[in-house]
Amino acid sequence: MTSVPMDHGLLLAGLLFAVGLAGVLVRRNILYVLMSLEIMMNSAALAFVVAGARWSQPDGQIVFIFIVTVAAAEVAVGLALVYQMFKRMKTLDADAASLMRG
Amino acid sequence: MLDLLWLIPALPLAGFLVLLFAGEKLGKSGVAWVGAGSVGISALIAGLLKWTFLTSPPEGHHFTQALWTWLDVGAFKPEIALYLDPLSLVMTLVVTGVGFLIHLYSVGYMHDDEDYSRFFACMNLFVFAMLILVLADNLLLLYVGWEGVGLCSYLLIGFWYKDPANCKAAQKAFIVTRVGDTAMALGFFLLVTQLGTLQVQDLLERAATRWEPGSGMALATALLLLGGAVGKSGQLPLQTWLPDAMAGPTPVSALIHAATMVTAGVYLIARTYVIYTLAPAAMAAVAVVGALTLLIAGLAAFAQSDIKRVLAYSTISQIGYMFLALGVGAWSAAMFHFMTHAFFKALLFLAAGSVIYALHHEQNIFKMGGIRKQLPLTYRTFLIGASSLAAIPFITSGFYSKDAILYQAFTSEHGHFLLWLAGALGALMTSAYTFRMVFIAFFGEPKTHVHHKPGWVMNFPLLALAFLSTVGGFIELPHFMGHAQFFADFMAPSFAHAAGHAAEAHHGAGLEIGLMVVAMALGLGGIAAAYVLFLAKPEIIEEKMKSEGNRKLHAFLFSGLGFDKLYDTLFVNPYCWIARVNKRDIVDLGYSFLAAVGMLVHFLLGLTVTGRVRWYAAGIAAGCLILMSVMVFT
Amino acid sequence: MILVWLILIPLVGGVVAGFVGSRNVSACRWISLVALALDAALAIGMISQHLGGFQYESSKVWFEEFRASWIPVLGISVHLGLDGLSSLMVLLTLFLGIIGVGASWSEIQERAGFFHFNFLWIIAGVLGVFLALDLFLFFFFWEIMLVPMYFLIGIWGHENRQYAAVKFFIFTQASGLLMLLSILALVFVHRAGTGTLTFDYSELLGTQMLPAVATWIMLGFFIAFTVKLPAFPFHPWLPDAHTEAPTAGSIVLAGILLKTGAYGLLRFTVPLFPEAARSFAPVAMTLGVIGIIYAALMAFSQSDLKRLVAYTSVSHMGFVLLGIYSFNEFALQGVVMQMICHGLSAGAQFMLVGALYERIHTRDMGKMGGLWTTAPAFGVAGMFFAMASLGLPGLGNFIAEFLILVGSFQASVPATTIAALGLVGATVYSLWFMRGAFFGPNERGWTIVDLNARELVLIAAFVIGLVWLGVYPQPVLNAVAPVVQSLEKMTQPVTAALLRS
Repeated sequence: MTSVPMDHGLLLAGLLFAVGLAGVLVRRNILYVLMSLEIMMNSAALAFVVAGARWSQPDGQIVFIFIVTVAAAEVAVGLALVYQMFKRMKTLDADAASLMRG
Repeated sequence: MLDLLWLIPALPLAGFLVLLFAGEKLGKSGVAWVGAGSVGISALIAGLLKWTFLTSPPEGHHFTQALWTWLDVGAFKPEIALYLDPLSLVMTLVVTGVGFLIHLYSVGYMHDDEDYSRFFACMNLFVFAMLILVLADNLLLLYVGWEGVGLCSYLLIGFWYKDPANCKAAQKAFIVTRVGDTAMALGFFLLVTQLGTLQVQDLLERAATRWEPGSGMALATALLLLGGAVGKSGQLPLQTWLPDAMAGPTPVSALIHAATMVTAGVYLIARTYVIYTLAPAAMAAVAVVGALTLLIAGLAAFAQSDIKRVLAYSTISQIGYMFLALGVGAWSAAMFHFMTHAFFKALLFLAAGSVIYALHHEQNIFKMGGIRKQLPLTYRTFLIGASSLAAIPFITSGFYSKDAILYQAFTSEHGHFLLWLAGALGALMTSAYTFRMVFIAFFGEPKTHVHHKPGWVMNFPLLALAFLSTVGGFIELPHFMGHAQFFADFMAPSFAHAAGHAAEAHHGAGLEIGLMVVAMALGLGGIAAAYVLFLAKPEIIEEKMKSEGNRKLHAFLFSGLGFDKLYDTLFVNPYCWIARVNKRDIVDLGYSFLAAVGMLVHFLLGLTVTGRVRWYAAGIAAGCLILMSVMVFT
Repeated sequence: MILVWLILIPLVGGVVAGFVGSRNVSACRWISLVALALDAALAIGMISQHLGGFQYESSKVWFEEFRASWIPVLGISVHLGLDGLSSLMVLLTLFLGIIGVGASWSEIQERAGFFHFNFLWIIAGVLGVFLALDLFLFFFFWEIMLVPMYFLIGIWGHENRQYAAVKFFIFTQASGLLMLLSILALVFVHRAGTGTLTFDYSELLGTQMLPAVATWIMLGFFIAFTVKLPAFPFHPWLPDAHTEAPTAGSIVLAGILLKTGAYGLLRFTVPLFPEAARSFAPVAMTLGVIGIIYAALMAFSQSDLKRLVAYTSVSHMGFVLLGIYSFNEFALQGVVMQMICHGLSAGAQFMLVGALYERIHTRDMGKMGGLWTTAPAFGVAGMFFAMASLGLPGLGNFIAEFLILVGSFQASVPATTIAALGLVGATVYSLWFMRGAFFGPNERGWTIVDLNARELVLIAAFVIGLVWLGVYPQPVLNAVAPVVQSLEKMTQPVTAALLRS
């Protein structure tokens, strides 16, 4: 079985990260921001898996499991925050929540 | 007997403390007893000491009573010690004796004042400080008395503090003398640095051995000390405070601003005379200051209308004579004139005070007139004082003391014809302005009603001082008149270092009589001129006053020759101006600027804190990107 | 151990007073007073043993010493020591502390517990500063005294208190930062030279370093201490802080907090960097002289009584700076005298002004005048301290200024001449003070209550102190003689060189 070259894997991870970042920066709906964050998180996880495969080490996959766990926890907290935000501000626009401006 | 010395200053101090803490409870007669009594006992003790000095003088004609060591730093070890020698003894006698008479007088004069006890407290404090000044064994202790009398002078000039003008006069007196005192303090620093001591006798000893005659150090020290002396004694260029000081009650003017404090400068120079003999240029400066002052003050006295201001200018002028005497090395003549001046000037002030009292605080001589008949005793004593001031020949003490000064101004090795001429002209002016005052105030038609006549407490001091003003001169007679030199002989031990003094060249009776006749003629001429101008034919003056130029001249003389204006322009106004414009402190502006810059940066950085999460995320991303590219490309 | 108690008593007393204060105000005042009195008794008991007949031996520099390990890894220890200089400062601190509690007896009514907590902690911090012989510990106490002072000004101050408190805090904190940097630099230079990491004062003495390095580190210390002192360009915090602070705060600020600056210069800046300090002397003396004259002028231009007194402090501290950098026995003795006497005279003046403010609710001289008639004891006291402030001979301040000027005269004649003009300036502002408040017509028709018994007792304490120092200052001079002589020895070359020239 021919393995996927590492460069390809990392490139894909980089692209996914860029897509996610663009999403975070561009989308105003906080739900989409959250989703974009997930994409970024998963791109990082992908990079770990690729690196683990390259050196035939299990560490990459261990970290992947960690990241998935963290992502799940993050989504839970994040959605709760989104819910709170909607409840209080009646909007999901991230820019509207700028009470902390200087 | 001599061990009682410490009591002399201690008693007035005790009097002051009692009056300060319990003055209100004592009642008026209690205050008077404590105030005048403490000084009176001091005077008695001083008299006892004088007697001891005459009958069984201590070894070396001086006596030191060390109380305790004041401080001890390095080799500098001034003590709180009192030093009694003929010089300080004469000063002590005058301060306590005349001081007592003036205290007694004040008992009557101040009787209706609400601040009776404050007055006597300040007067007692003054006598204490003056005695410390006189009896101090070292210059540092002298400085305690020196500033102490300055403080009392301030308090008493501003005694009626509710009038802002009095406060202003008091402040002026303190500040102007303080300028001189600062110069004097610098002189002390120089002495400590160079000679390592301020103990007067050591100082004179060391100065004589370590400094060459004419050395720069001696000159600098002598001039710096002179600075203090001219400040305190109201001499040029610091004389401006003394006429204004007349704002105080009249006994204060008599005690502080005529008899005692203002002669402290004379005492200081006499005390440190060795330094002056080492610096002939400084001696010359002293003589010139004296000569100029006596002329300027004499001129200004002509234009005054306030009786006390006339007397103030005459005080400045008479102290000018003493400075002239010091400057020509006539040490004991200066002290002799100090003593007679203390008698007759105190007398004049007190007599003037009686008039002011009787006329209900009227001080303008043009509003007096004809008091001769209403207050005969006051008139007679005033006349005795005025004659002494004008140096009427043979019967007044002022004649003998002034004559001694004039003679030495001419014949002494430091003397000069011009100095003598200044003195002689001064004699003419003195008698003229003195009798101007007598004729205008006491003769002619009465212009103000006499309210109340002074009682015996006020009259007795007048009589005593009139007596002293007359006989006080007989202890020192010119050479050709029996050559009695009791005073000079008594003073001699205090001026033992003065080489030229003992070997005083004798110029023969001819010169002496000649000089005396000239001075006498000038003095009597002055009285005659005053008689003509101010009593017989006053219309001459009125005629003259019609011209613009003469009126300006009068205003110029009235203002004391414009010194006040000059100093206002040069020092006072700029100082006040800076104080006014810089009230907010310009240095603070620098920090306010820093603070403003901080606020600006705060504002700019605050702009980046938008509160938008996406904006922050972009910032984080950009930061990471930059960091990574730095890592990759380097 | 007794030294630790000295610091602990006010710390604990402060906490107790703070807790009690919310329930019983007068109890908290008494607790503070008792704590300070106890501390003072302790200090007097200990110090009198040493000062009575103490003979200077070079082997025994410290009367009393305490050392305990604190952070051994960094070479930091709790090292306290007491010598002649610090004993005098400790006594002054406790004296003014007691006065401060007395002066705020009727003034402070709100949150008295917290007030006394802060006050006692300031005292403790100052005591620590005067006793610490470990630079880290010194810095620690230096900061301790700052924070409660900030609260004191910010909470119980007058109308513009927030501004003043922040200004005070920023100035002191910025200078404190400079000092911390300098301490660290010194410690690391020392480690580079000897290989041991230590903050101990006695070990850091005599550290070898390049002149340029020494100058920079010295400068850090110098600025830190002259901000506190304060010297001329660093003074603007002081008029605001003194003016806005409550009476006790002003007394403590003027009386002792300023002295920590002078103490720092004497204890650290000069001994740690004698060479650098010597070459820096002309600059320091110039700043001192400018401060004397400039602040005297500024004092005269003020119409706010407290501001006036505040500027006089700057002027008097100019003398201290001038004296320290003259490096001879006269001047240094004078400096110590000046620290004590100014503590008393300025403290008393602030107390008087505070008492006056309590009665007429203004500090503006334009609204006063003629108060002597209605309150003669007030007037006499005001007169006394105005005279002390202008250096009337017979009072302590005169001895101080005289010794400083005699000393500085040997170091620099021009500087002394100009500084002596400050005496005239002092006369002008002192008389201005008297004229503004007590003399002149009583145009507003004030009738005020004269000094009460409590105030009279406090004033009498000041008066006795100043007169005593004026006529018999020898105990003070003896106490600091060893310190002064060793300082003089350290900086000997400069004096010798100047005397030769």
